[in-house]
Amino acid sequence: MRNIKTEEITEVVAQLCKEAAYYLPDDVYEALKKGRATEKSPVGCDVLDQIIKNAEIAKAEDRPYCQDTGLTIVFVEIGQEVHIEGGLMEDAINDGIAKGYTEGYLRKSVVGEPLFNRVNTKDNTPGVIYTQLVAGDKLKITVAPKGFGSENNSGLEMLVPAEGVEGVKAAVMRIIKHADCNPCPPMVVGIGVGGTMDKAAYMSKKALLHRCDEHNPDPNYAKPEKDLFEMINKTGIGPQLGGTTTTLAVHVEWGPTHIAGLPVAVTICCHACRHASRTL
Amino acid sequence: MAEKIRIQTPLTEEMSRKLKAGDSVLISGIIYSARDAAHKVMTEALARGEKLPIDWHNQIVYYLGPTPAKPGDPIGSAGPTTSGRMDAYTPTMLDQGIKGMIGKGSRKPEVVESMKKNGTTYFAAVGGAAALIAKSVKKYEVIAYPELGPEALAALTVEDFPAIVVIDTEGNNFYEIGQKPYREI
Repeated sequence: MRNIKTEEITEVVAQLCKEAAYYLPDDVYEALKKGRATEKSPVGCDVLDQIIKNAEIAKAEDRPYCQDTGLTIVFVEIGQEVHIEGGLMEDAINDGIAKGYTEGYLRKSVVGEPLFNRVNTKDNTPGVIYTQLVAGDKLKITVAPKGFGSENNSGLEMLVPAEGVEGVKAAVMRIIKHADCNPCPPMVVGIGVGGTMDKAAYMSKKALLHRCDEHNPDPNYAKPEKDLFEMINKTGIGPQLGGTTTTLAVHVEWGPTHIAGLPVAVTICCHACRHASRTL
Repeated sequence: MAEKIRIQTPLTEEMSRKLKAGDSVLISGIIYSARDAAHKVMTEALARGEKLPIDWHNQIVYYLGPTPAKPGDPIGSAGPTTSGRMDAYTPTMLDQGIKGMIGKGSRKPEVVESMKKNGTTYFAAVGGAAALIAKSVKKYEVIAYPELGPEALAALTVEDFPAIVVIDTEGNNFYEIGQKPYREI
């Protein structure tokens, strides 16, 4: 058994919140550059130039890349041999979010209740925390702030098994076309296939953590990823004002499902596909 | 890219009606930020017959909720938010005399009709280019609703704020025009 103190978790989460907000992952930056090199629309080129310059300013000056510093999603992989000392892990994570968003001059964008009393909690808590129990004595924390300009354009369809891979691709394209110019493209597209409705949505979020230059290790899934990448870039949506760079990457995560079902969830992320990890 | 058009606020209806979808502009002067919560409060005040905190005649509204400013800076990161969420309030607000809106994303047909009627132009700033856009903001001053935090109504003094006309006063839509040549499916 290995002890990890809650203070340490709080400190790391605070740091990761700032890092994620300021520093666009290198692979996303490279994907933007690659898009710029092939973009056919002059206006699209201008938009991509601004986005690339924005990433450079944010990184050089420790400024939030986007003013929507997101609802803080935290993925935790906790080794079975870890013992958390000093309180609840979830409290430690939320304390870290509050600290990071305050110290880092990040926007507090969370309301405590969604419908009748939409009052800002003023410290961006609570985050959305997903915990997975794994082997070993390590604790891996990934902070992935999610902006809602893109989140509002995400979607889910419950297909029937007969629809197969073509049905999955068609469902993704319906969601992308409906999203149109609104989710701040070029976008990163996370797809969850299988599981239950909620599990598919969770997988579609996790899919956004893959590197833009990484492809599915399973060729059965690498193929639809590649097909969808090409199809989405042919919609004309482009970098917000039309063009050929609509998506930077398409990633599929899949899971076992019911004999009667084929859930498909799509999380659309804007070009601010932000995440930062640390292993304790 | 074609020559950029310089706009000095306030924006008159005459100037607004000259702008065409696809024009690149650089805006200077004072613009006012308001987003979801401020729009809700303002339209509720109008419904009660109350006066608004500012006179919107010939003004430009920027759909923005910035990050907090670091010490010594006028503003934090300051990119546009999705305009469509304001659509329900927009015709009422345009009737107050607003001549320009800056945001991102598509608008409902009733908003476009109100734009034609009022001579209002819809500009897009690049979504997610918030650290870059902040460079053109020289001053940020909360005017009303400070309790709304980042959603407060504020006056921004801007210099050469970069934007593009996406929907003009005749209803031409650059989101459609710009996509068409590249749409294969």
